[in-house]
Amino acid sequence: MKKQTTYSQGHVEFLKNVRRKKIIIWTARLGLLAVIIGAWELCAQFELIDPFVTSSPSRVVATIGELYATGNLFYHIGITLMETITGFFAAVITGYGVAVLLWMSDGARRVFEPYIVVLNALPKIALGPLIIIWMGTGYTAIIFMTVIVAIIVCIMNTLTGFLQVDGTMLMLMRALGANKRQTLCKLVIPSSLPQLMNTLKVAVGLAWIGSIMGEYIVSRAGLGYLIVYGGQVFRLDLVMTATIILCALAGAMYAAVALLEKLVTK
Amino acid sequence: MILKFTDVDYTYHTLAGETEALKGLNFDILRGQFVSVIGPSGCGKTTILSLAAGILQPTGGEITRGGGDCGYMLQRDALFPWRTVEENIFLPLEIRGTKNAAEKSRALALAEKYGLKDFLKKRPGELSGGMRQRVALIRTLAAGAELLLLDEPFSALDYQTRLEVCDDVQAIIKNEKKTALLVTHDISEAIALSDKVIVLSARPARVVAEHDITFGDGTPKSRRNSGRFAAMFEKLRDELGI
Ligand SMILES: Nc1ncnc2c1ncn2[C@@H]1O[C@H](COP(=O)(O)OP(=O)(O)OP(=O)(O)O)[C@@H](O)[C@H]1O
Ligand SMILES: [Mg+2]
Repeated sequence: MKKQTTYSQGHVEFLKNVRRKKIIIWTARLGLLAVIIGAWELCAQFELIDPFVTSSPSRVVATIGELYATGNLFYHIGITLMETITGFFAAVITGYGVAVLLWMSDGARRVFEPYIVVLNALPKIALGPLIIIWMGTGYTAIIFMTVIVAIIVCIMNTLTGFLQVDGTMLMLMRALGANKRQTLCKLVIPSSLPQLMNTLKVAVGLAWIGSIMGEYIVSRAGLGYLIVYGGQVFRLDLVMTATIILCALAGAMYAAVALLEKLVTK
Repeated sequence: MILKFTDVDYTYHTLAGETEALKGLNFDILRGQFVSVIGPSGCGKTTILSLAAGILQPTGGEITRGGGDCGYMLQRDALFPWRTVEENIFLPLEIRGTKNAAEKSRALALAEKYGLKDFLKKRPGELSGGMRQRVALIRTLAAGAELLLLDEPFSALDYQTRLEVCDDVQAIIKNEKKTALLVTHDISEAIALSDKVIVLSARPARVVAEHDITFGDGTPKSRRNSGRFAAMFEKLRDELGI
């Protein structure tokens, strides 16, 4: 559709309305955040709640400053980010590869199906002790945990996308004499792009679950480690701080994927 | 002769049982002819096209092709929405590995000849249904197909567009001197477009009657306006048993 340059009065009104609604929504969103933070701080200040147990925004800020001053802030963030992002890419790329292989071979798909279903249902944390024994207590173990948590869903989602390709288009490829590889590259992969973007979004969440879970089980650094450590020594400021940083990072990573989606499916 | 079916049988096997789609089917198509196949729904028309295209192999009898590639045009245009019109037209060349400068310019010349010049860089989503079918036809022609297999290519269009597009498609095919095998359930469409109409029985399909249609000057419009149109229509209706 062509971009119009002059609009009727009614359309200008409509656009204005849309913009006004957007502003209201954003004001409400930020306002809600401010209210929560404000209420939390006030309740803590006037000791309506015990700030030793619930912490408070000012104590969180102080803790961040302290972590920063001792050089620990970016160290822990960096470790967790590295584990999460490495695990995320490993899971997405390997998952995509496996999905391609399963799409290529009907037989393989049917052979592996029950295994995938069982692995999907298995609570991955049950593998914790095994992973420690196999991989040690370094971050390879945590990355491995991240991959295990995310990969099955990556495989299943990607494969679903592959199998949903329009039947008429498949028929066209057959009539043109396309082989499997051509059908994959020219039809299946491009047409399942939206599904891939969905998979990435889901995988972001799973990668964070995997890495933090991994850090709970074994670790000497990272945000998950800070949370567990803070809990053990009853420093709830530390727990809250790490949790809030986690929220921000997870949100940012999701936003990055959403942006990517906008770019590729425009 | 470009295509000949001799005593062709085809049976589908599924877990639910077997379906005899075609039984002892005989017909042939001469080069340059526009042939329509009409028959009750589910009688095996699409199966005939799949056999002609070589996507299916007959379970009995013989199919002889007189040389030249087949091109398939489906009920829905199956244009890839993520490709531009031009890239869609190049798809068959890519698949056959003949996407060289000469073939590309031949395909583009064809597109320009039939009024797609201004649409080449657009995406299919920006085109009307009629225009999309024209792109689908040009894609089939650009592949160098001699025999075009058309499976109810107009049935997804609204009535007015449908009249326009089917005249349009027939004119292009005639102009390019291609052979066409059209499946339709629309009797008047079959009479208006074809040199020959083949009437099929209910499943398993066999040929009930064949009619060479010679009246009019070859354009669909002259056919529809001819006094002999109605009589032919009645005859085909009788043979279909409706
Ligand atoms: N892949 C398949 N497996 C099993 N049976 C099939 C398959 N394809 C078609 N059939 C059956 O074969 C018969 C003929 O099918 P075909 O699609 O050729 O009919 P058609 O004349 O094109 O029908 P329509 O008018 O609905 O387009 C039908 O009864 C159909 O149910
Ligand atoms: Mg059909």
